[in-house]
Amino acid sequence: MTTTAPPERATGAPGAGDAYTAAQAAQDAGAAHGTRTLRVWRGAGGTGAFTEFTTDVVEGMVVLDAIHQIQAEQANDLAVRWNCKAGKCGSCSAEINGKPKLMCMTRLDELPTDAPITVEPMRAFPHVRDLVSDVSWNFRVKPQIRRFTPRPPDAPDGTWRMRQADVDRVQEFRQCIECFLCQDVCHVLRDHHKHETFAGPRYFVHAAALEMHPLDTADRIPELRQAQGIGYCNITKCCTSVCPEHIAITDNAIIPLKERVVDRFYDPVGRLVQLFRRKSPAH
Amino acid sequence: MSERVSTYAHEDYQTVDHDVLVIGAGGAGLRAAIEAAGDGVRVGLVCKSLLGKAHTVMAEGGVAAALANVDDRDSWRVHFADTMRGGQYVNNWRMVELHAREAPERVKELEAWGALFDRTVDGRILQRNFGGHRYPRLAHVGDRTGLEMIRTLQDHGVHAGIDVHMECTVLTLLTDGGRVSGAFGYDRERGRFRLFRAKAVVLATGGIGRAYKITSNSWEYTGDGHSLAYHAGAALQDMEFVQFHPTGMIWPPSVRGILVTEGVRGEGGVLRNSDGRRFMFDDIPENYRPQTADSEDEGWRYTQGDRNARRPPELLTRDHVARCIVREVREGRGSPHGGVFLDISWIKDRLPNAAEHIKRKLPSMYHQFRQLANIDITRQPMEIGPTTHYVMGGVRVDGDTQMSTVPGLFAAGECAAGLHGANRLGGNSLSDLLVFGKRAGEHAARFARTNGAVSIDGAQADAAARAALAPFERHDGAEQPYHLQETLQERMQELVGIVRTEREMREALGAIAELKARAAHVGVRGNREYNPGWHTALDLGHLLTVAEAITRSALERRESRGGHFREDFPEKDPAYADFNLVVRKGADGEMQLAREPIPPLPAELAAIIEEMTG
Repeated sequence: MTTTAPPERATGAPGAGDAYTAAQAAQDAGAAHGTRTLRVWRGAGGTGAFTEFTTDVVEGMVVLDAIHQIQAEQANDLAVRWNCKAGKCGSCSAEINGKPKLMCMTRLDELPTDAPITVEPMRAFPHVRDLVSDVSWNFRVKPQIRRFTPRPPDAPDGTWRMRQADVDRVQEFRQCIECFLCQDVCHVLRDHHKHETFAGPRYFVHAAALEMHPLDTADRIPELRQAQGIGYCNITKCCTSVCPEHIAITDNAIIPLKERVVDRFYDPVGRLVQLFRRKSPAH
Repeated sequence: MSERVSTYAHEDYQTVDHDVLVIGAGGAGLRAAIEAAGDGVRVGLVCKSLLGKAHTVMAEGGVAAALANVDDRDSWRVHFADTMRGGQYVNNWRMVELHAREAPERVKELEAWGALFDRTVDGRILQRNFGGHRYPRLAHVGDRTGLEMIRTLQDHGVHAGIDVHMECTVLTLLTDGGRVSGAFGYDRERGRFRLFRAKAVVLATGGIGRAYKITSNSWEYTGDGHSLAYHAGAALQDMEFVQFHPTGMIWPPSVRGILVTEGVRGEGGVLRNSDGRRFMFDDIPENYRPQTADSEDEGWRYTQGDRNARRPPELLTRDHVARCIVREVREGRGSPHGGVFLDISWIKDRLPNAAEHIKRKLPSMYHQFRQLANIDITRQPMEIGPTTHYVMGGVRVDGDTQMSTVPGLFAAGECAAGLHGANRLGGNSLSDLLVFGKRAGEHAARFARTNGAVSIDGAQADAAARAALAPFERHDGAEQPYHLQETLQERMQELVGIVRTEREMREALGAIAELKARAAHVGVRGNREYNPGWHTALDLGHLLTVAEAITRSALERRESRGGHFREDFPEKDPAYADFNLVVRKGADGEMQLAREPIPPLPAELAAIIEEMTG
């Protein structure tokens, strides 16, 4: 079994922080060897079952490391999608112990040691094979959102002037790595299967990034209300809670967009609260 | 447009027609596809992964372009001279010139497509310091510039009328009488073969980092473009020049190799050994001495924008910094896990609110160390060591058009050679892929419009299909693909790494030959649908080809220059300064090496170098 990582492991160079002792180095070198068991979903096209694998672990390993080790040593054909292994590409999304997470950013020592770790594909999308889901629907949604349309340049050399504060607001949304975990957890997609009429949190973040872009001039509000179905969202904040980039999806993207829809289509102000309540999933 | 052609084993190949086929969908591939589509030709874009996941997302520091927004002394001429000097003058000078001249326009164009760079106080694009660049030159978005760029190109590209083939891997290029005629590959999800007919092909497949054990590169970096071009008859050049980035994570073991951006040093991070000594001051190369700080204080002032200060030695070129780190470790002054310390937390002695400043300037690094190593970089130093990062070598191309030595076959980005010479400056890869991605797309479209139709030789596709399926037929005594891949990575790391010797490289050639023989017996289990074992078996051929090209070229270059360091020939030798090493596939199928002279610099460009170094 893995031991838990020591908190704030000290590795300072002398004179540059806490001293790293030989004892700690020896402890590190010798520590944390053991095995763990993973229950991995295997199968194709929606049918499948969990298979248990036991594999050696060392300190610092993440779920993706364990999957790769199983793949290399026990099941060469175990299907898993991944690229960067550094939390930057958003490819290795899965459901780990029932929670949508990136496999490359989930350390084994964060997970309870008294039971096997379950690893399943994202369940809101069609299953391909083993840990891989068919996420192609997401790639069909984006082109439906009106493209970036800048105002004329501010300077004669064709460039623009923007304030850092205005850029910061949008840069939060542009941290999105398109892992689709927010789409996976959103009940409108996961439980109600509204893929044809609802763009999902990822694309509300994308739309918000465009709408709040200091240079953009296009109007996406009517489409957000109709084709992209923003009204189906009833602000459960599940998307925000699973975002590995810690984007405040609901508070900073979806709610401001909903307010713009409401301002545009549901004046006078007195009807706001009522309408807000009526916009439930049954809508 | 799609049709079915019945061929090998009664199987239907799905056949797709494009005028221009772009292989690889990172920054260079996307930029090429956008340019070609804008020209009105039918464009197909093949990506090995999902769209937007390519290695470009990992680029952190910024994109180099002489916008002169932060320091008005900067210009394309300085950028030209910096890049030539960084590349130790074996660069393709025409590419260096075009790159320096055109990078600012390409960056501004990206802003017009929606990219949001960090700003100066007066609202223009902010630029930061980086190794080898004389002035602050890198336009950036915190430390996630690559993500901003690939997302901008992706979002712009989805409206450009490009056919995207996701999770599709090309196995071989097809040729028609010496001209490229398309490509043959398979889609990962179903494992079905796909035949692309195209009048022009752009390779934009990135690098080769997966030939080494410790690398910052994603699984896709198996040298596909290099190998596809080589086997189609194109020349590769400069393959001995592999860049080891000085700062990769080294602890815990599972994250070994993951990049720590040079931006940490650009923002004031310093390197120390186990004695606490800032060792980079100990060895400053003569040709950089005039522009390097001679005190810690001056170096700090430089990172904080003092125009009268010179850069700290941590911002010397990557090859030099990597070798200094190797020296400290070898001489017993390394950190507990075999690297050295990179410390940004020390700036709390200089700046109020240093922790907040670090989190704002280097958010990804803060999270990466927090999450993966339990380290708070605002309070503790990082342990780092060199990691395989980039290959300067690649497909030999014409500097203006990016066409290879095979008509109709173009290459751009990391899989093309020339721009970076013996060593790449940080930030020059993101500008490279914009400038030459555009040029490759433009000239591929022109080639497709001005040259007639191609015909497909079904036998070429059939042979590729047969070879690809062979591993499924081997069971008893079959070689295991992951095991062979791992062995190759370990041997290359050990024998053709940061410090090279003749004896070790000869041993590497032996190992490569043995692995090549064993790769012919590789077997896979399961079926063709999303089978990573099968994929690994198919990647092996590419990896072995590039490993051999690197090793043979490195043996031939009996000197040390840029990213190539020979322990048995530790000095730079002027006799090696005026040619590139080129490899081609000989008529007998063996790899052949040739020395191709570098054309003399035109007087105007020579004058720039004189002026900047004088």
